[in-house]
Amino acid sequence: MGTFLVIEPGPFSTIQDLGRWGYQQMGLPVSGALDSLAFRMANLLVGNPATAAVIEFTIAGPQLAVMREVDIAVTGADMQMKLNYKPVENWTTVRVKPGDLLTFQSVKTGCRAYLAVTGGIDVPEVMGSRSTFTGGKLGGYHGRPLKKGDIVKTGSGELLPRPRRLPESHIPSYSDPVLLRAIPGPQDDFFREGLETLFGSEYTVSEKADRMGYRLEGPPVVQKEGAPQSIISEPTMPGGIQVPADHKPIVLLVEQTVGGYTKIATVISVDIPRIAQATPGDIFRFERCTVEEAHRLYRKEQQKLAALAELLG
Amino acid sequence: MESGLFKKPVFRMAGDRGLLVEFGGSIDPEINQKVRAMSLALEQAMPDGVEEVIPTYRSLLIVYDPERTRPAQLEELIENTEQHLDDIRIPPPKVVEIPVCYGGEFGPDIEHVAKTHDLTVEEVIRLHSEPEYRIYMVGFTPGFPFLGGLSEKLHTPRLESPRTNVPRGSVGIANNQTGVYPIGSPGGWQLIGRTPLKLFAPERENPILYQAGDFLRFKPISISEYRRLEEEEGH
Repeated sequence: MGTFLVIEPGPFSTIQDLGRWGYQQMGLPVSGALDSLAFRMANLLVGNPATAAVIEFTIAGPQLAVMREVDIAVTGADMQMKLNYKPVENWTTVRVKPGDLLTFQSVKTGCRAYLAVTGGIDVPEVMGSRSTFTGGKLGGYHGRPLKKGDIVKTGSGELLPRPRRLPESHIPSYSDPVLLRAIPGPQDDFFREGLETLFGSEYTVSEKADRMGYRLEGPPVVQKEGAPQSIISEPTMPGGIQVPADHKPIVLLVEQTVGGYTKIATVISVDIPRIAQATPGDIFRFERCTVEEAHRLYRKEQQKLAALAELLG
Repeated sequence: MESGLFKKPVFRMAGDRGLLVEFGGSIDPEINQKVRAMSLALEQAMPDGVEEVIPTYRSLLIVYDPERTRPAQLEELIENTEQHLDDIRIPPPKVVEIPVCYGGEFGPDIEHVAKTHDLTVEEVIRLHSEPEYRIYMVGFTPGFPFLGGLSEKLHTPRLESPRTNVPRGSVGIANNQTGVYPIGSPGGWQLIGRTPLKLFAPERENPILYQAGDFLRFKPISISEYRRLEEEEGH
């Protein structure tokens, strides 16, 4: 039996989890929730394991008819969620029952929202993950974004004994300009002034911004004299800042596997969620970071999430 | 940029979860062979904290868990492994045969390729199906093999305007490269034939039939053989 009937799907709603790690050597991008932090918090709130699948909404949310009693939590972008036409807050759990109507509108802040449900979204695992990779037409709901009339199922899980709410201090703010810390490399030695340009300028998110990458507009990032503009194709990591022939940087994200352009720097893991919440027109500023500092921040975030799991549970 | 095999691997930081290891500065079978050996050696050992090893033309990317290992540790491991690389038993590369029905509706550009080089269609087929092509890398789309070793007599520029949908299994040429499309996608390659094999099947135990470092050979087949194999593959 289904849990939700999709009445209106929203512009781009896909099923995502932690991602399809381990298959990049076969040409499979990792996919997964672009804002890994909001994703984790949504699952923590409803009491799911960290691996459970959620629905990622982009720019605007869907209209869903509820067919089964479950707890839900929406995190990430504020899409003005309503339950039976009454406003409901993000970052908190809500018990919904058969016959209820969940509606969302356009984003007020942020870009992507995550709907976690008791038991997680139930679609078949493809190569170890439930994440949708629309480019390869695989994973998620038949490899595609949700459509009107789809019935979304959920796994088994226990309803919460009482509602949960994320402490105010844990709720991220999606402010503009967006500060992104980045580690120089892998090809930072191909640049000289280009590094000063990148770390000293403001860049605007262009209309070409999706799960593959965000193209930016701003001062051209130029390779040093004599450095080749392209390299022998190599794997890319989410966060890699690629500089193609037009010198306009692109931040690569989770649906990219290989590339032949130089990458001047790589956004650190804990800052990628901020990219996920940025929309065209937002301003990015890059700040230089070391690997050691990035690892310290990563461990700190993992500890914070572990403490949060304890606190909520 | 230095070409050829490097004396020592070059390490590059790919963010806080990726370490890129370069073994040379050019597209070269010897360098790619080293990438393959190192990648298989690492996969055999799967050291703590290593999540994924991705081999490509002349480098490999190690994806690691920053809570379990550090780049300095991985660099040391690579340097140590490199010294013993000759002693590590790795399986010889596979040669995977890909049956291809050349020309006709499956290879709409084969006559253009033939004309460009003053060849007959039969000569194009012979030249294309003769070599064993090294798979330097798999990527771009799931299972897409980047091959080296296309005969210079077949180098042909891309189409002026790309097709919006190249059917799955299409075999094509673009400049000095040849390859085969495991899934339907847009593409600007000159199409010369098609294989009935499912090169990428996510539900299969081995979703793809080869990996970087293996070899591909194209075997010409008739249209009736194509149809028979297509049925076998359960299209």
